[in-house]
Amino acid sequence: MTTIALDRPEASRGPAGLTRSTVTVTRRALLRYVRTPQLIVLATVQMSVFFLIYRYMFGGAIHIAGMSYVDYLVPGFIATGVLFMGIGTATAMAEDLEQGFVDRLRSLPIPRSAVLVARATADTTILAWSTAFTAAVAFAVGFSLHGSALDGLAAFGLVVLFGFAFEWVFITMGLFAGNAQAAQGMGMIVFPFAFVSSAYVLVSSMPSWLRVFAEHQPLTYMVDAVRALTLGPHAQALLGHTSTYYVTRSLLWALAIIVVSLPIAVWKYRRG
Amino acid sequence: MTAMIEACGLTKRYGKTVALDGLDLTADAGQVVAVLGPNGAGKTTFVRTVATLLRADAGTLVVAGYDARKEPAAVRRVIGLAGQFAAIEPAMTGRENLEMVARLFGQSRRTATASAAAVLDQLGLASDGDRLARTYSGGMRRRLDLGASLVGAPRLLLLDEPTTGLDPRSRIELWDGIRALVGAGTDVLLTTQYLDEADHLASQVVIIDHGKAVATGSPADLKRQIGGSIVELHVRRSEDLAKVAEMLGRLGDGDAQIDASTRRVSVRVHSGGEALMSALRSLEGSGVELADIGARQPNLDEVFLALTAWPADDHGGAMAASAA
Repeated sequence: MTTIALDRPEASRGPAGLTRSTVTVTRRALLRYVRTPQLIVLATVQMSVFFLIYRYMFGGAIHIAGMSYVDYLVPGFIATGVLFMGIGTATAMAEDLEQGFVDRLRSLPIPRSAVLVARATADTTILAWSTAFTAAVAFAVGFSLHGSALDGLAAFGLVVLFGFAFEWVFITMGLFAGNAQAAQGMGMIVFPFAFVSSAYVLVSSMPSWLRVFAEHQPLTYMVDAVRALTLGPHAQALLGHTSTYYVTRSLLWALAIIVVSLPIAVWKYRRG
Repeated sequence: MTAMIEACGLTKRYGKTVALDGLDLTADAGQVVAVLGPNGAGKTTFVRTVATLLRADAGTLVVAGYDARKEPAAVRRVIGLAGQFAAIEPAMTGRENLEMVARLFGQSRRTATASAAAVLDQLGLASDGDRLARTYSGGMRRRLDLGASLVGAPRLLLLDEPTTGLDPRSRIELWDGIRALVGAGTDVLLTTQYLDEADHLASQVVIIDHGKAVATGSPADLKRQIGGSIVELHVRRSEDLAKVAEMLGRLGDGDAQIDASTRRVSVRVHSGGEALMSALRSLEGSGVELADIGARQPNLDEVFLALTAWPADDHGGAMAASAA
């Protein structure tokens, strides 16, 4: 072994700023996805496999007046898919805590928020990839846009934004859980939100007590915003409001989710 | 000598559990300091407090001249931490792991490449540097983790039980790595449960128990203090335990310890051989049925027992005073 003499000029060694730290830590999280076959395969195909099951299993059983089930399902499925992707975020965050990676980062002279912003950025990137892949599969099995292509892109952007907002909820969950198993368990909270919504069936088909929740929870607004944008005027007539109505309300929900969960996540992270 | 770490009355509670109970500790610059203690003594809590991952509830802590509570960011610039787990990214190569940490320390891309290469070389990982870390053995992971704490060229390196769970050979390789560092001018604070680890690496050892410093000194000082042997007797009948304990108590430096569940009695003595002979002589004709008898080196538990059993009397007074 040789002895090394690293230069140690402290003055010239200013700590890495927020941007560089975030980019560096994000890169690590993305490399972990890309270089771990289980993770990248799961992130790529999981959502589309479930989509195909739903499309062919419920497609014959559920009838939506005025449109094909595949057209009804795709926006709902994709918008709620962000919740299921989020479970992975909670698990990854908890794993980083559990395995001491967070300790290492917290002992470095970098802004503490960088670690959380990096997690949210990396996981939103993976989510965008997964959403795009599922959308491609959806088009292949009969889904079609009834609005403009621009509206379709806006819908995609909206889904990614919802995903980003929810990432903060899942990061918070992961920080509180402290270990991967607990994080996964806490992630189960997504099921009522995903299913008791307008994603897979019409809310009007639910019993009234369930309908109250389904009509007012954020996912329904998000699903209907994506639906109104992708399915055009026809769907907007069916839903009862214009796309603007749903888009503004879903954006407000996304904002509210960030405003509440981000400070909690940062607080918990700082506290250790 | 200037102090690298100066802790005074450091206290940290988790609910009702007291992890640090007014710990006083001074680690001088220019050497390896080992914090030795059993599980739950507060070693990890202390390292995490020095690394600014935890805030003490009370007391003061100065690290490299910076107040850890008021200037944690300044402390983070001069420390490198390797915790109990190998906190490396398995999906990145050894080199990438080191470059990432170097970049986070604010090094330019070029400097980061150079320091990563130098650290790989130093830890004997140069030929494996471009393999993904998930293909590394446990010992290599720990060395890489040590490397990650080094790549920022810290003035103070904090190692929390660096060799726990390693096989003997990996342990020795890691020791070599740590020794090489000190040669390069880095101060090291390490925690360990192993007496021999402290002995091999440290020039100053602080023994802590229940969140307090019990003794401080060079390994030689401490060995002198806790030296000697243990004479241990294993009897066949439980009713002999008290009798044997009383007898051994007369031979030893302190009261004999009775472990009723295994029917063993042990006592610390200055000279194992002599004490063993005397013990055998007194046992003759006593009617005690012996299963086994022997003299051995004290284990860590007995060292702690010895140190905590001497409050401020003639034996421990000097040591306890130097710990304060």
